[in-house]
Amino acid sequence: MQSSSFPLIPVRDSSATAMVRTSALFVLVALLCLPWADLSISTRDPWQELARLGWGLLTPSFDNPLTLLEALANTLAFALQGVALGAVGGFLLALGYRRAAVRRFAAFIRAIHELFWALLFIQLAGLSPAAGVLAIAIPYAGTFAKIYGELFEEVDPSARQALPVGTGALSAFFFTELPQCFAHMVTYTRYRLECGIRSSAVLGFIGLPTVGFHLETALKQGQYSEAAALFYALVLVIVTLHGWMRAKLLPLYLLAVLVWLPPVAQFNGALVWRFFSEDIVPAPLRQGWNGEGLWRWLHALWSSQIAPGLGNTLVLALLALIGTGLVTLLTFPAISHLFGRPVTRAGGHFFLVLMRSAPEYLLAFVGLLLWGPSMLPAVVALSLHNGAIIAHLVGHYSDSLQLRDDAVTGLNRYLFEVLPRIYRTFLAFTLYRFEILMRETAMLGILGIPTLGFFIDSAFTEFRFDRAMLLLLVTALLNMSVDMLARTLRRRLHLSSQPESL
Amino acid sequence: MSIRKRIAAARRAVLAATLTVVSSLASAQTFTFTAIPDQDESKLTERFGRIADYLSKQVGAEVKYIPVKSYPAAVAAFRNNQVQLAWFGGLTGVQARNLVPGSEAIAQGAEDTAFKTYFIAHASTGLKNSAEFPAAIAGKSFTFGSKGSTSGRLMPEFFIRDHFKKAPDAIFSRVGFSGDHSRTMTLVESGAYDVGVLNYTVWDDAVKQGSVDTSKVSVIWTSPTYPDYQWTIRGDVDAAWGKGFKQKVQQALLDMKDPQLLQAFPRTGFVPAQNSDYAPIEKTAIELGIMDEIM
Repeated sequence: MQSSSFPLIPVRDSSATAMVRTSALFVLVALLCLPWADLSISTRDPWQELARLGWGLLTPSFDNPLTLLEALANTLAFALQGVALGAVGGFLLALGYRRAAVRRFAAFIRAIHELFWALLFIQLAGLSPAAGVLAIAIPYAGTFAKIYGELFEEVDPSARQALPVGTGALSAFFFTELPQCFAHMVTYTRYRLECGIRSSAVLGFIGLPTVGFHLETALKQGQYSEAAALFYALVLVIVTLHGWMRAKLLPLYLLAVLVWLPPVAQFNGALVWRFFSEDIVPAPLRQGWNGEGLWRWLHALWSSQIAPGLGNTLVLALLALIGTGLVTLLTFPAISHLFGRPVTRAGGHFFLVLMRSAPEYLLAFVGLLLWGPSMLPAVVALSLHNGAIIAHLVGHYSDSLQLRDDAVTGLNRYLFEVLPRIYRTFLAFTLYRFEILMRETAMLGILGIPTLGFFIDSAFTEFRFDRAMLLLLVTALLNMSVDMLARTLRRRLHLSSQPESL
Repeated sequence: MSIRKRIAAARRAVLAATLTVVSSLASAQTFTFTAIPDQDESKLTERFGRIADYLSKQVGAEVKYIPVKSYPAAVAAFRNNQVQLAWFGGLTGVQARNLVPGSEAIAQGAEDTAFKTYFIAHASTGLKNSAEFPAAIAGKSFTFGSKGSTSGRLMPEFFIRDHFKKAPDAIFSRVGFSGDHSRTMTLVESGAYDVGVLNYTVWDDAVKQGSVDTSKVSVIWTSPTYPDYQWTIRGDVDAAWGKGFKQKVQQALLDMKDPQLLQAFPRTGFVPAQNSDYAPIEKTAIELGIMDEIM
């Protein structure tokens, strides 16, 4: 693998055919899912509410700038601490990534949405800064482990082979693999910080004092001007990230956020003990072993929650995957230097940053007003949000392509020059995203689609941690299977891992 | 009593003892409360800061308010002794008191002794207000409020099951959880959902303020009454703040007469309450399978 920011991969006909086949397969499976996907449209007069929302977006206002600044500072504090801790944890896991057990563990911890980690830690450590930091750090460690680990795996082995016999494994790693991957790791880690800021904002939805705390209130109350101000503030932080996030300043920032929001928690030993010894023990086993009761409990959960949850999660995630692909292919030219003018590119960047910064909840809500409750708003919301993220990455990647001076322009350039060259990258990015789509289906209970995440959320609301644990386990298993499948597919298609892909 | 049960009982006793020790250590601190009002969650800190000042003066101790967003987070804070007093919905209060042995409901809103749920429908459904349960809602799309809400989920689900003898999924074309009473109103007003259920005070307030278009959405049924919001206090506050502290807090709540303070909830006043007032809520939650029977 080259050490340029994007690897050059020799084009092989067989792999090109395989890519086409895989794409076709995914589209086919998604089409087969359609009969189970309720995409009906049933709304009557959404315009009044949409007008209110639109007016709010045009007239952002916030009474108390201090509250806004404090929420922004908290958002950054959780994000920076969580991502930093996650990166260290992920790095350590990545060292053992060749082992299947480590890979599975990493897939396990990243399968669980930040919100659910937060709900768990809030139970154990109360509403404390540590709960928020860990909620980000743990799933992010799983993701970092995967990306760093795959980078280490794909590194050019010739450097290591040139080492003298008897070089220690650690020295070999620090002098051969790490230097070759380092640039990629930095790029990826910085990209994850943007994700961390979004995650941190979303943690506010359940009560941590970030931007999401106020944003959720404003959205719920229909105070759209206030929501818009919060949303724009968040977008501003994300847009300017490249400007203020410098490697040299990082220690300073970390120190600042540690002082601002020390990651303390008040662990209550008795509660932690009760949580593990009683709360998460399946209800029928709390009075001692009861095989028959356990069987009934499992059976009831399987038929009422796990089976329908699995079905809905998979159908929704697959449809959203296709939608994400379409949105990506349609929108990446808007920011690519191979198309358009500086003005249109600025517009493209603006649109993409809005879409990827908007919480899916907001997009789903607009969709719900427009089309009524069904899978349609869910698919559209997930596709727009995730498509915007991938389009951003594919668009940047396309800038690195060299076209002949006399290359065709317009649609022909798109179809015959650019698309074939970016397709491999595009496919790798999109396949990576599948995992995340499955996890994000959890956020859409407002649409009345009972996914696994919907049932996990219900279990937490009902304080049934035994059920929550079982459902989280199922989600993690599903994620681990998808991870293995994607790994196999990527091998077969010779898709390289692209660090910027998640 | 079988050996198994005895072991379980002994384990619980030890746990309870540890819990008391730990929590009494942890509470050498400010008396803290939280509240999730049923509407208008904006400027919580400002509005409830005034309540904290009032309580502080009345009970002669430092009192602090912390804003909490979701029901699970509020209960977690109560359980962890981060807050010792909380304004809970009917169901959340029952859940919290089950998780924190010794805690007590001490006061409820004057309105909460006989709370009601409104069933609302979009005009295009043709459903009209009636005294009878609106059986014609079957087959429509339907939204609850938040999953843990008493007036937006528990009680309406009870009345629905009671009438149809079926689960909501089997009755409606789609069942959503809007997450909030105001959202339910917006979603039914826009026709995104045909029918919804919500806290009656939220609706009455919106009508008074003219923030809902009653030509598009209207109340089609008013449920029978049930107990709802209440103040719940931890059982160990007397140990931390001195004997009689619980009673002082209760008295301070009952004596709250300033309409400006009461507007935060919003209630016209508070009346005494006890755990047994919420037995019907607990029974319903167990019947609906939202709670397990406490063994």
